[in-house]
Amino acid sequence: MIFFYLLGGLLLGWSLGANDAANIFGTAVATKMVKFRKAALIASIFVILGAVLEGSGTSETLDSLGSIDKLSTAFIVSLSSALTVSAMTKLSLPVSTSQAVIGAILGQNLFAGFQTDLKLLTNIILSWILCPIIAAFFAILLYYALKYLITNSKIHLLSLDALTRFGLIVAGSLGAYSLGANNIGNVVGVFMTSNPFIDISIGNIININSTQQLLLIGGIAISLGIITYSYRVMKTIGNDIFILSPITALIVVTSHSLVLYLFASEGLRNTLISLNIPPLPLVPVSSSQAVIGAIIGIAVAKGSRSIKISTLAKISSGWITTPIISGIISWSFFYLISHF
Amino acid sequence: MPVIFKLAKDIENQIDGFLILVYESGLIFKMAINEYLNNDIISFNKNIAKVTDYERKADELRSEVEKQLYLKTLIPDNRGDVLDILENTDNVIDAMKSTLSSFSVETPKIPPQLNLMYNKLTKSSIESVEWLIKAINSFFREMKTVNCFIDKVTEFEKITDDIAIQLKTEIFEQQFDLSEKMQLRYFADNIEKISDYAEIVGDKLAIYTIKRLV
Repeated sequence: MIFFYLLGGLLLGWSLGANDAANIFGTAVATKMVKFRKAALIASIFVILGAVLEGSGTSETLDSLGSIDKLSTAFIVSLSSALTVSAMTKLSLPVSTSQAVIGAILGQNLFAGFQTDLKLLTNIILSWILCPIIAAFFAILLYYALKYLITNSKIHLLSLDALTRFGLIVAGSLGAYSLGANNIGNVVGVFMTSNPFIDISIGNIININSTQQLLLIGGIAISLGIITYSYRVMKTIGNDIFILSPITALIVVTSHSLVLYLFASEGLRNTLISLNIPPLPLVPVSSSQAVIGAIIGIAVAKGSRSIKISTLAKISSGWITTPIISGIISWSFFYLISHF
Repeated sequence: MPVIFKLAKDIENQIDGFLILVYESGLIFKMAINEYLNNDIISFNKNIAKVTDYERKADELRSEVEKQLYLKTLIPDNRGDVLDILENTDNVIDAMKSTLSSFSVETPKIPPQLNLMYNKLTKSSIESVEWLIKAINSFFREMKTVNCFIDKVTEFEKITDDIAIQLKTEIFEQQFDLSEKMQLRYFADNIEKISDYAEIVGDKLAIYTIKRLV
């Protein structure tokens, strides 16, 4: 029964892996710079590492937004988010797993009459807006830095190609790690309070606490999504807003990875606090919106006029529609269950 | 990962080797024409053999580079452009070889008063090839200088055209048989064509350079 309740989160994890791995390795695989097998293996390993080692921050943030203390409640919240993501994907509407989960939690809060922490909610919404902006900023900086280096280094085209491949793998690994650390909150965040696992100790040498077990299972679900279904998404990603070359793809993936890491790493947060720099909240942000932000950054740096404003408007609308739809579905589920 | 860096280095060396062969063929071509004009047929034949050998080696290198780029799916964005440049540069060395071969087969009698013009034409035509090789090298390594070198290719192609017109005018002003005039014009055309091939590659290079800019 425990696993049945976890199923909602695991389904969300699977769909996250299937869709968001394309943000990390999509262009590299589509342009044949990196083979899919290699990309899937690297992404799977680093997603799990990120989830287990640094995934607790964003998971706790999501947990503290709601009042989910039962496995069955967590299941309904996850299921509502998963249904929202699936339905919007099917309708070709822009969707973010992070925003769907938050919407579902708010729907449950509304139904249960739980007072939502408005300060936390404001921080979360701000982070959604900041995420693509920071990604664009990183992309512009990286674009100029790389352009300067390539122009002045006299590096041969083929050596540059080899370096770009190497860079795509390193940036992809960091991207997968950040995705695991940041987005694992969407997968298991709502199960944190009702966590059914107990701490395990193997001969007092290997100690795995209940949270790490939950994060590990979520990480494995994301990995399964990457291995089983991300190939199709990777093959079709890329050129909706702006055509990417392998080097601009490297910039996009690096910017995306840095942004996700900024919103996920407790270590980085503590360092910023110790330096008296205001830290960013540990919130699951949208991997796709980080990529879009980075692509816009490159287009701005190149002075391109070929950005499709309609596509951007469609994507921005996802910020509003996704949490609302997910909230309505979640509220409706709780209403139906309580009345029938 | 070091494997891919080694592979890149190997292909870079092959491309460099190919370009060196084209460049050196140009130098040998100039010497060979001068030797022919001065009736030094033994040296001329040795140099034909050298250019033929270089042309064969260049073909081998080019096809090896093509094979590697496709098999290892390297430079996906620029692969077509690079192969097009190499194939068209191969036409330049082919033109040198076939021109020398025509001299060897047809042994045209070139009047001594035209020697200077033929030498000038050859020098200018090969100079455009030398600038082309510099332009291609820059395309691979130093993008900001490519256009300067392409301008030089165009400049020498135009100079070659002018010299060719002067030479052909002079040929047709002489009291030769028409068949001789036609043959002399044919050889002037062949030498001139080498710079035309260089200009074709230069034009392609100019477009591919814009594409390569980040």
